[in-house]
This record gives sequence, structure tokens and C-alpha cells, in this order.
Amino acid sequence: MSQIEISLRHRLGDFQLAVEFQTAGHGVTALFGPSGCGKTSVLRAVAGLLRVGQGLVRINGDCWQSDTHFVPVHRRALGYVFQEASLFAHLSVERNLLYGWRRVAPAQRRLGFDTVVELLGIGPLLSRDTRVLSGGERQRVAIGRALLTSPRLLLMDEPLSALDQTARRAIFPYLESVHRELSVPSLYVSHDPDEVAHLADHLVLLDAGRVVASGSAADLLTRLDLPLARFEGATAVVQGRVAEYDPHYALSWIELHGGRVAIAGSQLPRAEMARVQIRARDVSLALSAPTDSSILNLLPVRVSGLEDVSDAHRLVRLQLGDGQKLLARITRRSGDTLGLQPGMAVYAQVKSVALMD
Amino acid sequence: MEAYWEPVWLTLKLAAVTTLILLVAGTPLAWWLAKSRNWWRDLIGSLVALPLVLPPTVLGFYLLLLLGPAGPIGRLTQGLGWGTLAFTFPGLVVGSVLYSLPFVVQPIRNAFEALGERPLEVAATLRASPVQRFFDVALPLARSGFLTGAVLGFAHTVGEFGVVLMIGGNIPGETKVLSVAIYDHVEALEWGQAHWLAGGMLLFSFVVIFAMYRMEKRWR
Repeated sequence: MSQIEISLRHRLGDFQLAVEFQTAGHGVTALFGPSGCGKTSVLRAVAGLLRVGQGLVRINGDCWQSDTHFVPVHRRALGYVFQEASLFAHLSVERNLLYGWRRVAPAQRRLGFDTVVELLGIGPLLSRDTRVLSGGERQRVAIGRALLTSPRLLLMDEPLSALDQTARRAIFPYLESVHRELSVPSLYVSHDPDEVAHLADHLVLLDAGRVVASGSAADLLTRLDLPLARFEGATAVVQGRVAEYDPHYALSWIELHGGRVAIAGSQLPRAEMARVQIRARDVSLALSAPTDSSILNLLPVRVSGLEDVSDAHRLVRLQLGDGQKLLARITRRSGDTLGLQPGMAVYAQVKSVALMD
Repeated sequence: MEAYWEPVWLTLKLAAVTTLILLVAGTPLAWWLAKSRNWWRDLIGSLVALPLVLPPTVLGFYLLLLLGPAGPIGRLTQGLGWGTLAFTFPGLVVGSVLYSLPFVVQPIRNAFEALGERPLEVAATLRASPVQRFFDVALPLARSGFLTGAVLGFAHTVGEFGVVLMIGGNIPGETKVLSVAIYDHVEALEWGQAHWLAGGMLLFSFVVIFAMYRMEKRWR
């Protein structure tokens, strides 16, 4: 089975890193945790930039490190995107892109130069000096440069954190298309729950140098005992099939087990699978199906867990008929009024739904 | 007239040879000083910096002892059939190299340190071997340090006096460089000749430093 297997033990001053996890050898695995939890160290160790005393790094059958051997960084088929773009100041954009590309044997190049350039929209920048690029442009070039080595694993260390909000939003679609169109597995370090909810297929939660939990993103995002569900902007990710498009109201309807939700504006291809994000604070609960509400999105769900997250708020974990999970952030008072208990069948009204892909 | 230009030519030759040797030998030294975490890095670093504070005559004096017929290096060179290096042009080169060492090594070392680890790490993740990283990334990014080092090394060698006098003496065509020639002219009360050489040197030094500042700005 193709997969990524990591086990690292390392002491950095009085910080002890003891991390062990396995994740799927495809898609995006986000390493999530607060600053200083060791996520960057994990990434650097996987790359071989940080040499850990005891480590096992196996990427889809390639062993990069074990007790008996250590492959030097430049012999690992990886791409690394640093927090700051770190473009070579003495080379043009094009020569930056070609720096790694020309070191890969032609037979091993799986990603074409033009494909990558087009995907990241950096064609017009090629002849520029790197110093005149904006932050977002620089980071796109850095991502392209890493991809052009045709890596078997893409490592990204908070690639958006050095960008302002506008630049971040502008670069996001590029990141998504990289992950969607190129089948390069990646480890993505982040401390931003929104980013994680958006990009991750799998999650590894870290705290104080240890793995707190790892598994599918959809599951971990909604686990009441884990920090992600407790964020103000906590989000669940669910997927369903596109049922129909209503041109009169410009709504695409997505079928979710026993209910459906509407995406405003875009016409989605019928019968395609679509992933949507539902924020915990956009979900309210009712004991019976309301008929006189402005809210279109109504889903029959079952309560699978409850947890008070503040003096005023209660987090409710909900399960669709097919096992997909949602979160609702309601007041404790509403929770008591409705008498919510695990196992109860209720209706989730969703105020708004965001399409992910 | 030929004798008049001889010290100028000899000085330029000495400075060029010295600078070349220092660039070639000083670069690995500067790299090691910038990258090593070894405790004796500071020991070597201090030795390299020593000529900055040492009176040139002190350096010249010890070199004379070392290179002279009774000194260990003198005996070695004699044993090899090269004679002694004291009071010869090669001896002068040895002295100049040591004397100008910090002026070349220090700027290059600073440039390597300013580079940080990041560009080299990036290059490593882009499949560059350690040697390729050095030549493709470290050298071009540290070029302003090389420019500064080369100019300072050259100019400093042109201006040296004490070391030359101690181990080179005053042999026309062999060790009589500009600074010594000026001294000679002054001693002989030949103010006119001294003026020409001294004024030329002043102009030369200014032009060199000015050109360096201009180029550095563009190279950054």
C-alpha cells in the first residue's frame, strides 16, 4: 500500500521531538499545531535539512532515512516550499525555475515546464528580476520551482503565512489547482485552521513535539476533543453529488444524505462530486423541519456528541445518515431548551455553504 | 626613466600576485570561518585578524627570522635548493599575503555569513550537491564580499611599508616597491620625485576606493 511513514526522535535544546505517524501516500496531509509545537522541525527532518538522531522516513516505498542509512537532501526526490519564497536573488525568475529542473534526468521529469508555468500563472514573470515581484508572485515562483523537480513528495512550510490577507486569497486557487491537477502527495505545515479545512485531506495534529491525533481531515476537523473544532471559525467538510442547477434562482443543489444544500451563483456539472465547507456557527438546530424559514439548506442529522466550549457556547457534533460529520456552534441556552442529547434526531439548518473545489 | 617606473611596476605586480593568492586561498578559509561551529574557529579567526592590530614591523621581524638562513622555513627552502626567501620578491609575496590576509578574508567571510543557511538549503532541496551549492549559490551571492576583499587586499598591499622594509629591503627591481621608493626620495631630499609618486598613489587609492563603492552598489 502506498503511504508515508514517519517516525522521528530528536532533542533540540530542552525541546523533545517524538513524532510518529502514518498517512496516505496521496493528497494533502496537513501538519497542524500551535507555534513551537515542532511542525517545522518535522518537515525539515523529513527533507533531511534537520538531521535527527533517530528517524525513519519512508515515502511510498522510498526509504530516505532509517537506523542504517541517511539519504542526503539533494538525493531525495522532494520539493520544499519555505515560509518566505527564498528565490535566488542572482537569478531571473526563469533561471530560478530551471535551477532544479535541469538537475533532474529528462526521463524522470513528470511535470512539464509549460504545464507548471501555466498552472501557477507565472508565464508573464519569466524574464523578470525576482526583486520586482510581489509577495504572492514570489511564492508562486517558489512553488513552481519546487514542482519542476518532479518531486515524489511536496513539503510546504506555511507557504502563505508571510503574505497579507489579499495576497493569500489570491494565491489560494493556485494552491488548490496544484493539489487537484498534479498528483503530488504533500505535507503541508500550517497553524491556520481555515487553511487546513480548505486544503487538507488528512491531518496530523501536533502539540509540544508529539502527535495528538492523526487521520482523515473530515473526521478530525469535527472531533470535539481536539482543538480544531473549538476554533471560532470551526468548519466541517462534507461531500455530495450535484443534483441540479436552478437557473431561475442561480442555485446549484448538492445532495447530502437525506437532505440538500444550495450553492449560490455557480452552475456545477450534474452528478459530479462536490466538496463543501460548513462553518459550525452557520448551523442552527431544530427539533422538527421548519417550513417557514428563509434558510434553504436543511439536513436531517443525529447528535453524536456535545461539548461546552465556553460559558455561553456549546459545540454539537452531528452525523449525517452516511456517517459524514457536521458541527453546530449554538448557545448553551438553546442546547438546554432543545434538550439535546447524544443519539437524538434533529434538523440542521445551514445558513451558508461554501464550495471548496 | 626606466628606473623611475620600476618601483611602480613592481608594486602593481606584488599587489596583483598577492591578491590572486589571497582570493584563491582565502575563500576556503573564509568559508570555513563562516560555517564552522568548531571551538577553534575563533582561534584561527584571531590569527587571521592579527595583522590588523600588529605593527607591520613586528610581522616583518618574525618573518625575517622564519625565512632567514637560520630560520626553520629558511632552512627548508635552502634544503630544497631555493635559497632563502628573505630579500627576494617571493619573500615579499609571502609577507604581503600574511599582511593583507584579514583584508581579503574578512569581507568574504562576512558575505558568506550574511548569506545565511537558507539559500543553500533551498539549493539542496533543488538537487544541488554541496559543491554545486557553493559554486552556483554561495559564490555569486557573496560577490560583493569578493569585490571588497580584492580591492582592499590590492590597495593594502600597494600601501605596505613596514613588512617590506623588514623582509624585502630595498633592492631595485626585486624588492624596491613604491612606498620604499618614496621614502628613499624623501631621504635624499628629492622632493619633486617624491611628490610625483606620492601624489600618484593618493590619486590611485582614491580612484580604487571610489570605484569599489560604485561597483558594490550595483552588484548588490
